[in-house]
Amino acid sequence: MVIAVAGGKGGTGKTLVAVNLALALRREGLEVRLLDADVEEPDVHLFLDPAWEGSEEVGIPIPAVDPGACDLCGDCARVCAYGALAVTRKKVMVFEELCHGCGGCSLACPQGAIGEKSRRIGMIEWGYAPGSLWTARGLLDIGEPKASPVISRLKGLIDPEAVNVMDCGPGTGCPTITALRGADVCLMVTEPTPFGLHDLGMAVDMAEALEVRSLVVMNKDVPGEDAVRTFCRDKGLEVVLSIPFSLDIARLCSRGANLVDEDDCWTRRFLQAWQRVCELVPEVTA
Amino acid sequence: MIRQLVVISGKGGTGKTTVAAALAQLLGPLVLADCDVEAPNLGILFPGKTQRSFEIEVSRRAHIDPESCDACGLCAERCRFDAVLPGTPYRVDRLSCEGCGVCGLVCPSEAVSFRSEAGAVITESMTPHGPLLEGRLAVGVEASGKVVTRVRIEAQALAAQRGLGLVLIDGSPGTGCPVIASLTGCDLALVVTEPTLSALHDLKRVLQVVSHFGIPAVACLNKADLNEDMGGKVKGYCKEAGVCIGAKIPFRPEVVEALRQARPPLGNVPPEVEKPLRGLAAALRERLDYNGG
Repeated sequence: MVIAVAGGKGGTGKTLVAVNLALALRREGLEVRLLDADVEEPDVHLFLDPAWEGSEEVGIPIPAVDPGACDLCGDCARVCAYGALAVTRKKVMVFEELCHGCGGCSLACPQGAIGEKSRRIGMIEWGYAPGSLWTARGLLDIGEPKASPVISRLKGLIDPEAVNVMDCGPGTGCPTITALRGADVCLMVTEPTPFGLHDLGMAVDMAEALEVRSLVVMNKDVPGEDAVRTFCRDKGLEVVLSIPFSLDIARLCSRGANLVDEDDCWTRRFLQAWQRVCELVPEVTA
Repeated sequence: MIRQLVVISGKGGTGKTTVAAALAQLLGPLVLADCDVEAPNLGILFPGKTQRSFEIEVSRRAHIDPESCDACGLCAERCRFDAVLPGTPYRVDRLSCEGCGVCGLVCPSEAVSFRSEAGAVITESMTPHGPLLEGRLAVGVEASGKVVTRVRIEAQALAAQRGLGLVLIDGSPGTGCPVIASLTGCDLALVVTEPTLSALHDLKRVLQVVSHFGIPAVACLNKADLNEDMGGKVKGYCKEAGVCIGAKIPFRPEVVEALRQARPPLGNVPPEVEKPLRGLAAALRERLDYNGG
């Protein structure tokens, strides 16, 4: 099963929730895979210090034009939906960063002059963190715009027999959608501010469009009623865990420490949240 | 000359929008451009009457005509984005389709057509500090970079039209497509960070992106007293990278409270927070050689 952790707004505590949940479950003896799908800014490893045991480059296929076979007819440039090819009087120019790797130009070329080569855009790596927690991350290369192919490759490491906890990035665009697609449930980590509420709304809409059930974690929580709780009640979203607004917790996280290592009560609370997820989303344990 | 200042952070939640709002208060009148199109939040701090709002088409998607499809499966076989769902007839998953056109190229029955979709809404509203342009991506649209670019074009045009000399861009977290689109061609990037292990790690990556595109950068250390040791490391790294820290803003619960109440910083935060923000605005004026507002 795959439990995704998202939320829309950045800095609400997605990584905190993913890491502590994974640690708590692993200590219960469950098979856990923790995947860091925030490939633009992956931070899980900072809290776990894993030893990477393997890695693979991630590339996307881009056109390789054989100048000997090309008759400069221009069909490739006409079919490219991304403007990644331009045909001059002398040659075909390829704008590599614009290419989505769809293969359309290759299909369209009447001369069979377009093959493909791989262009590196990032990598994935995996290994074990102390406590034999299996973890992996994707890493987008600097200056590369398209994160989704790296996330798709990372998702290839999902083990259907294990509990896969996936830390998704902020936002509701294509990287988050790629990560979230196919998850059994999504923990939406939010905070009781108008920003948290607004971005939670967008994230829940995204999950709905992907037919993924949302449950909520309230981080930096304050006692009493607020607009986020009202929103959750109206939308029928259950808050499965509350983490209080606390300077101590902020300091702890700032140095890369984990809640479950500081106090056993946190292990219990994450496990209770997990139990509630299992009750609410039976397919999780099926 | 119209200057463009972009506020980014790498890590989310370090205070981009808060700092951008304070800068609007201190550097306005200017044009505000909320380019965090997947989670636009600036309008929450500056609610204003909508002046205009329009949809833009940023992507096209395939559509398979059920009458013409003979379920041969070539489209699904050739689609590299797993966007064609098998069945009789075959269907296109609109959240996966990247509009490349390959399905249309291979379909022997000419059952595939392409439709442009309204992928985003751009809204202009008026704030006390100048007009605010906000881009908002529709669910499942993958062209966040294109929306960012369009918001910036509109912002530039508005600045020229109103005689405003500065466009202040609130960017998104991360290092990918929308960040690159917010960054390119700017005069200066303000990178908002905080003294945490994650923020330092993310700062290093985003500064590499900034330098990759040749944009000068200034840093702002928010919540500076949260972790003195980590703060020292952030300062050390910035020094090494040749990036000056324009402000160190202390962590105060009053700031969180102001945000909970959806109030912009200046006038709602204690003097020890206001002072470095004013200093930052002055430093940015100097770096941008900007005397307007």
